[in-house]
Amino acid sequence: MNTKEQRIVAISAAFAVAYGIIPGVSAMHIMEGYLPVSFCIAWGVLCVPFLIAGFFSIKKKLQENRRSLILLAMAGAFVFVLSSLKIPSVTGSCSHMTGTGLGAILFGPSAVSILGLIVLIFQAILLAHGGLTTLGANTFSMAIAGPLLTFAIFKLCEKAKVNRKVSVFLAASLGDLLTYCVTAFQLALAYPSEAGGVAASFGKFLGVFAPTQLPLAIIEGILTVIIIIGLESFARPELKTIGYLKEGEA
Amino acid sequence: MSNQKSNKTLVIVLLIIVCLMAVVPLLALKGAEFGGSDDAGSVMIEEIHGEYEPWFEPVFETLIGGELPGEIESLIFCLQTGIGVGILAFFMGRFYERKKGQSNKIE
Repeated sequence: MNTKEQRIVAISAAFAVAYGIIPGVSAMHIMEGYLPVSFCIAWGVLCVPFLIAGFFSIKKKLQENRRSLILLAMAGAFVFVLSSLKIPSVTGSCSHMTGTGLGAILFGPSAVSILGLIVLIFQAILLAHGGLTTLGANTFSMAIAGPLLTFAIFKLCEKAKVNRKVSVFLAASLGDLLTYCVTAFQLALAYPSEAGGVAASFGKFLGVFAPTQLPLAIIEGILTVIIIIGLESFARPELKTIGYLKEGEA
Repeated sequence: MSNQKSNKTLVIVLLIIVCLMAVVPLLALKGAEFGGSDDAGSVMIEEIHGEYEPWFEPVFETLIGGELPGEIESLIFCLQTGIGVGILAFFMGRFYERKKGQSNKIE
């Protein structure tokens, strides 16, 4: 990022922080129209700095090497596929995965926010799944919070020299799980229960999402490992250009 | 080369696990509805908050004046999957062929 770009990101971040404090704020996807207006705007504004950072990060990657576009497209396609598959879970309800783990591991968390946003817009407009008004909140949980955790776990495992497949699995599945925890938290903030406030309602929403999502998070982890194995076997040059594989690694 | 082979076995084992995890709940929980957990969320909101009227209708539903028919919804979901799989498979195929070409050249 050059200085001008950095400045834009910083300004938008400052704006977001200020906005987050002033009104005293006080998914999977949160349904259209189910979040009060002030929350919709607040979450949306919160996403802006991440999206701008993501845009610049993608631009920089592409300027360095056009070939990384292929991997970026594949990461985006992976989000497309996984978030369209509704899978039955042990609780008797269906849910779907996020698929953002792959992109976060390959490109870092900020670039994924753009990919996630594209998918969420697609689903919100055509499928009435998620929603335009809740786009901000959903983007935050699925395309920002989850990938951030995924990226952090992956880097941590890399430092600790954990087997790469294991760390990919851990990173992707925990990131997926966090997405749902954040969604539960967002709903709880908007609908604190009368008895126990935000915390009680957080527990309740988490009770709905977590058991359903747990097996799916594991599936997401496994699928991400599979695609990484595939890429590692056939796309080594590309993985090197984006810095996922170090030079000289066999 | 043995590394490649062990990867192949691993991928197959993992795929089987995924399929089992997706199918077992269907068989184990007979008669369950398998609605979306998104809908479970809205039920929970009503439980906590009392009656709740969503204040904004999905754009597309307003456009066609009603809820999206289930069949059409699955069509669009399929379309989404199709786009994704298409891109993934196309590039994977290219990578695969490229690698094959390279190793042929070396030999």
